[in-house]
Amino acid sequence: MSVTSLGMPTVGVPRKGFFTDTSLCIGCKACEVACKEWNSVPADSNLELTGESFDNTSALGADTWRHVAFIEKQVPATDPGAHDGVKWLMSSDVCKHCTHAACLDVCPTGALFRTEPGTVVVQQDICNGCGYCVSACPYGVIDQRKDDGRAFKCTMCYDRLEVGEEPACAKACPTKSIQYGELDELRERADARLAELHERGEAGAQLYGRDPENGVGGDGAFFLLLDEPETYGLPPDPIVTTRDLPAMWKRAAGAAAGLLAGAALVFWGGRK
Amino acid sequence: MSPRRRRTEEFTSYYGRPILKEPTWEALDIAGYIFAGGLAGASSILAAGAQHTGRPRLERAAKLTAITAISASVAALVHDLGRPERFLNMLRVAKPTSPMSVGSWILSVYGPLAGASAAADVLGIFPRAGKAAGIGAGIAGSAVATYTAVLVSDTAVPTWHDAHAVMPFVFAGSAAASAGGIGAALSPLAEAGPARRMAIGGAAVETAMSFAMERSGRLSAETFHQGRAGTLLRLSKALTVGGAVGIALGGRSSRAVSAVGGLAVAAGSALLRFGIFEAGRASTLDPKYVVVPQRERLAARQEEPAKADTMG
Repeated sequence: MSVTSLGMPTVGVPRKGFFTDTSLCIGCKACEVACKEWNSVPADSNLELTGESFDNTSALGADTWRHVAFIEKQVPATDPGAHDGVKWLMSSDVCKHCTHAACLDVCPTGALFRTEPGTVVVQQDICNGCGYCVSACPYGVIDQRKDDGRAFKCTMCYDRLEVGEEPACAKACPTKSIQYGELDELRERADARLAELHERGEAGAQLYGRDPENGVGGDGAFFLLLDEPETYGLPPDPIVTTRDLPAMWKRAAGAAAGLLAGAALVFWGGRK
Repeated sequence: MSPRRRRTEEFTSYYGRPILKEPTWEALDIAGYIFAGGLAGASSILAAGAQHTGRPRLERAAKLTAITAISASVAALVHDLGRPERFLNMLRVAKPTSPMSVGSWILSVYGPLAGASAAADVLGIFPRAGKAAGIGAGIAGSAVATYTAVLVSDTAVPTWHDAHAVMPFVFAGSAAASAGGIGAALSPLAEAGPARRMAIGGAAVETAMSFAMERSGRLSAETFHQGRAGTLLRLSKALTVGGAVGIALGGRSSRAVSAVGGLAVAAGSALLRFGIFEAGRASTLDPKYVVVPQRERLAARQEEPAKADTMG
């Protein structure tokens, strides 16, 4: 497997990340607001209501770096004659800051870079708005701001991290659903929390993006979910597209050679 | 691999909303850029063969086609940037992991070679350097015509990524078809033999390879048959096959048949790129194309009595 971990620091800086425990999320959207405020992210619409749920933000995008999903899950009644119940699932989604980050791999200008704590950030004064990262991201996170032309996403509050502060969303979260810290430590914490939930009978509880062996080499922002990933709008088994890139280059080289050989054939027979 | 087996997809999503982002690219810009790049690259190969075998009028037509097409191609590429004034940022770095970075460098080698060989031919100056540039442009042109397949395949767009093994051959055939077609249309019958053969051969490869791509049996290949993409690709095949058959039957004896057939093959090649572009776009809009294959992959992995899967 030859994927890149472009720029992943090997020096003694511990990798930082998010652990979002959705079992603690109360859907208050403080993270969305704090993120917008701190990072001066513009409004993304003129107050459009989806009419589907309490979620009127809909998805992550260039102007939404934290997005709280609301899922009203029908729970079938156990007793005959009783009403079906509803289970609220809330989850604050964010850029995954992948170990093998497709956006970073394919960026042709070097605008996307790996920071000291191992996060992935767009250098806004370099980005020329080619849009390649948008199509490369297997999670559909990064997007282009139409009126601006450049690509934007969560920076894990790079500026705050530099001065030893935690990201705005984690700071604002009232229930500790969003936890920021050293990735190794967060993974241990998540494992313990998962065991606790399983013990309590939350059979659906699972960690998403925690495994360093997954398709993106482990996510720098991972989650504890109470249902399947796709219920929350997350891809169940994403793989960084660049994993297949060496094979693609070989194929393209073969096709280029074939094109030259074919051209030689059509000229076979010389002067006509 | 059963071609286009019927499946009944039961899958969960978040209010049916897409998981992936739609490509930010304009169809006219990017599909046009890929078509024009293929036309330019293969035209340079045709020109190199023409200069080598002493076909001056085919040589000139192909060289002018190449420089015109690559100029249009680069213009489309720059136009599609969110910040066109920053297009030179592409050359700040050289990244093998980024097909767009690699492509920018390929273009910056190819463009001057194609320009120099065309200029030398038209102005009649530096003939030997012009011929050398012509050979160089032909070799670089083979990269220009094929790297774009890697460019679109190296994405999370299901239809494009799933086709990554065959796409370079589709694009190579399509590039040859368009260059041969335009070459046959623009040069006299006596010299256009190789262009006609390139158009027919390219059309055959393009048709066979895109047929394989569209019938891979993968779920995402559905998008090649539906909606706008399906219409474009059907039209593309009709033009490509019709044009190639026309050239094969009457291209040697009639300049008019040669020109109409050549232009039809080139139009088919262009529509193929637009069809592939639209199919990819469609595959990002429906979460089915993300969730269902990934679910199947997960299930297959869990069935393996392997140590592959840990928690996560």
